Amino acid sequence: MSRLVALPVVVPLLGAALTLLVASWPRVQRAVSVTCLAATLVVALVLLAHAYREGPVVVQIGGWRAPVGIVLIADQLAALMLVVSAAVTLCVLLYSIGQGQGEAGEEAPVAIFHPTYLVLTAGVTNAFLAGDLFNLFVGFEILLAASFVLITLGGTETRIRTGSTYVVVSILSSMTFLIALGLVYAATGTLNMAQLAFRLDALPDGVRLSLQLLLLLAFGVKAAVFPLSAWLPDSYPTAPAPVTAVFAGLLTKVGVYAIIRTETLLFPGGRVAALLMLVAGATMLVGILGAVAQSDMKRLFSFTLVSHIGFMIFGVALSTVAGLSGAIFYVVHHITIQTTLFLVAGLVEVRAGSTDLRRIGGLSRVAPLLAVLFFVSAMNLAGIPPFSGFLGKLGLFQAGVATGGSLPGALVAAGAVTSLLTLYVASRVWNIAFWRAPRLATTEPAVRLPTLMTGATVALVALGLTLTVVAGPLFDVTADAATDLLARTPYVRAVFPEGVP
Amino acid sequence: MTSADVGPPLALVLAVGVLVACGVTLLLERSLTRILLGVILLGNGVNLLILLGGRPGAAPVVGTAPTAAMSDALPQAMVLTAIVITFGLTAFLLAVSYRSWYLTGDDEVPDDIEDRQIVRQAERNEVATADLGGEGPDGDPEQVDPGPARRRRAGDADGPR
Repeated sequence: MSRLVALPVVVPLLGAALTLLVASWPRVQRAVSVTCLAATLVVALVLLAHAYREGPVVVQIGGWRAPVGIVLIADQLAALMLVVSAAVTLCVLLYSIGQGQGEAGEEAPVAIFHPTYLVLTAGVTNAFLAGDLFNLFVGFEILLAASFVLITLGGTETRIRTGSTYVVVSILSSMTFLIALGLVYAATGTLNMAQLAFRLDALPDGVRLSLQLLLLLAFGVKAAVFPLSAWLPDSYPTAPAPVTAVFAGLLTKVGVYAIIRTETLLFPGGRVAALLMLVAGATMLVGILGAVAQSDMKRLFSFTLVSHIGFMIFGVALSTVAGLSGAIFYVVHHITIQTTLFLVAGLVEVRAGSTDLRRIGGLSRVAPLLAVLFFVSAMNLAGIPPFSGFLGKLGLFQAGVATGGSLPGALVAAGAVTSLLTLYVASRVWNIAFWRAPRLATTEPAVRLPTLMTGATVALVALGLTLTVVAGPLFDVTADAATDLLARTPYVRAVFPEGVP
Repeated sequence: MTSADVGPPLALVLAVGVLVACGVTLLLERSLTRILLGVILLGNGVNLLILLGGRPGAAPVVGTAPTAAMSDALPQAMVLTAIVITFGLTAFLLAVSYRSWYLTGDDEVPDDIEDRQIVRQAERNEVATADLGGEGPDGDPEQVDPGPARRRRAGDADGPR
């Protein structure tokens, strides 16, 4: 079983090499990347089932034992993240194939899209599986390097302009992470997370707190938490639709995952809980107020993305089983829904010629299926009852109320306001883009949307709806994962069965 | 090892500080080339910092020195990885900066869209307007029973928006 753990990283990487070799045969290239991601999804499902039933699966890379070698660990949280990210990346890949993205031509001299996309996936899975802080850093760097290429794909003036901001901010956050790594190693003499869990406990309080804040700063930039989120709405919307979709769905969530991991395993006890709650509230409110002011669908969704990161940080800050469980459920929900919304925005762009709300209208009559897809996912994001957005928010609010106190109470109120404003934003887009008199930004005759693009979006919407149906078992998994995270021992014992050296 | 007990030499610590400070200062510039130089300095400062975290000593090759006298090999391995990564990122940033210069004639990082919009509106002294989704009169051919005709002033031909 433990042999499987490395596959979600190795398969996409090998696939990337292979797609580069077969770059001149687009059909083969597509087949290879779809096969790789489908295989990753299957492996992730097997890992999740195993981690749920029998505890974390560990592989010691190269046979070197834990503190010396590198370990990859699939515990329930990591396996769940793997499953969702593999499913989402597969759907987005199909969508981009339907769009004809990544074919050599005016966009790029070589068919670079598929190899880069697979490298991005490998980076994401490596970050989820890393049992070592330095390996986590390497995972981040792999996904960042791939994302640099994807965000500046084609090298047009707009993409270079926004891409340069993105590149500089990402490099800065990586440098912060690297400084934190150097200091953690200097203070403890190890970077293995299971070993760190004990060595960090023994440090003086001040040293421990500054290491914690430095790591939080690095992950906060990646997760786009409020004072560090200004780069996101400027850089994401200009990339091609599938790229924006997968960035919005996954990259920020890798940051959130890193925050969850460090706050529970390395720095338990919630010493910065109050700080986290304040930034969570600010992220929610500032993000959604930004969305209210936007008139372009992609920018608007970028702001809702920032805003809803606040919900997950709130759950982490509660540091109770219910709070963490709600946060993990919300991550799963948000990866799916935010990706779907960006894919829908991409479809709107294909159909109506623009995503600028001032130039389009009446799509519900022109493209009814598109309207249904948007409506379901927008209401899901806003948290209307039968959908998973409601369940996630409900879980978090219940956890907040159960914790009690004025700060969690204020956060629950802020969350409710944010949900209402999200509903306002969603219905505003619905009214303007879908419900008023038809108005298209293009004069070209209507083309049928490529079946594969629509199909991939439908599949993601269906996945979002499935989250509602399986919410019960899913909450079981997240609650179990949260219990394990807070207990810390299952993780540590999986890495060091004979006790921590 | 006594040197581990007294900590790293002051000169190296100062070098880390100076490199990082210069790097951060350069990062605050607007031209991508200077930002690039800043990233390089910052990267070198951080690499030096990681090296300082390990124990100094003889080369960590088995058989050349007693184990206790060897330096810590792990930070050196990490620094090698970090150097490679920083090198790659720097190369990419250089490419972006060149492409920016090629396309626009300079490599300055521009203001963000929102800022420019606000500045433009302030110059023209206009209020931010958003399309709230209303339809003009007769905007909807499928509406069978339009409401009572609105009174309009002459010259207000566009109708309420």
